[in-house]
Amino acid sequence: MSSEWPLWEIFIRGQHGLNHRHVGSLHAPDAETAIRHARDVYTRRNEGVSIWAVEARHIAASSPSDKGPLYEPAQSKVYRHPTFFDIPDDAGAM
Amino acid sequence: MQAEAVPFLLRMGDNALILGHRLSEWCGHAPVLEEDIALANTALDLIGQCRMWLDLAGEAEGKGRNADDLAMLRDSWEFRNLLLVEQPNGDFGQTIMRQYLFDAWHLPMLNALADCAQPRIAAVAAKSAREVAYHLARSRSLVIGLGDGTPESHGRMQSALDNLAPYVGEMLSPDACDIAAETNGYGVSAEDVARECRAEMDMTLASATLDMPDVMRRAGPVRTGGKTGRQHSEHLGHILSELQWLQRAYPGASW
Repeated sequence: MSSEWPLWEIFIRGQHGLNHRHVGSLHAPDAETAIRHARDVYTRRNEGVSIWAVEARHIAASSPSDKGPLYEPAQSKVYRHPTFFDIPDDAGAM
Repeated sequence: MQAEAVPFLLRMGDNALILGHRLSEWCGHAPVLEEDIALANTALDLIGQCRMWLDLAGEAEGKGRNADDLAMLRDSWEFRNLLLVEQPNGDFGQTIMRQYLFDAWHLPMLNALADCAQPRIAAVAAKSAREVAYHLARSRSLVIGLGDGTPESHGRMQSALDNLAPYVGEMLSPDACDIAAETNGYGVSAEDVARECRAEMDMTLASATLDMPDVMRRAGPVRTGGKTGRQHSEHLGHILSELQWLQRAYPGASW
């Protein structure tokens, strides 16, 4: 039965002011049930104040095999990091 | 707490204990992982509520018995739970229907108790009501989803309702103990609770496209003997033998 239910990705916000974070996935027939299942599976120990459920097929993901073209060009380009500026003392911690 | 409150407190505690135990039997066996965890969560909520009610009952009784003594060392005729909650799990549909019928009564009951004049009863009821509001939201949505689902799920939900309908009357018909509880100021108007419960059931069963059996519309009880302890079904004895055997075989065992 569960194989017929779509997969949902679950995001939970731990406290007001923080971001929703991905906590895992589960199966559910619809959005309302996905939220209910997320409540039962992921918030038993008072983990959250807000739940987002996104059907997994709606998430566009990069392919692991594209790792080279996507990320390698950024390696060895240290000048892209803002580490070459002198920070004035009165700017404080950055 | 007055000793007269004991039978009423036992009813609240025993309903939670027996239904909680029934649900715990699903652990590891539910049709999908998500429902398995949800059933176990509900079972744990109910066992927690049972502890609060039975501790109050033991205190009101004044014989030095705590919740564990009352849960583990009474025999079936001393239990005061509704016949509904001791009915077998059956298939998933029957378990969910039993849960829904109980939740539909349990929530208005707890909400009313939360406003009662006895502060400790009100506190336990208010704490439990927050958990039970979720139980009802969950069981209602499953009853509607499965009732108004495929022909297979509809058929299973209808036969679950037909099987359990005769036990609804006992829950909704006040007896001497319910009325005494009301007049003593720690109970609630059982009539009001029953009215609210019937309205909830009418609405949900209609949305679920399920036919309410005639036996559920009757004013008085049909099958009785659970909440008075006079005549439990044979199922309770089997539940207790599993629940109590360790304390019976090894009295005082703890870990």
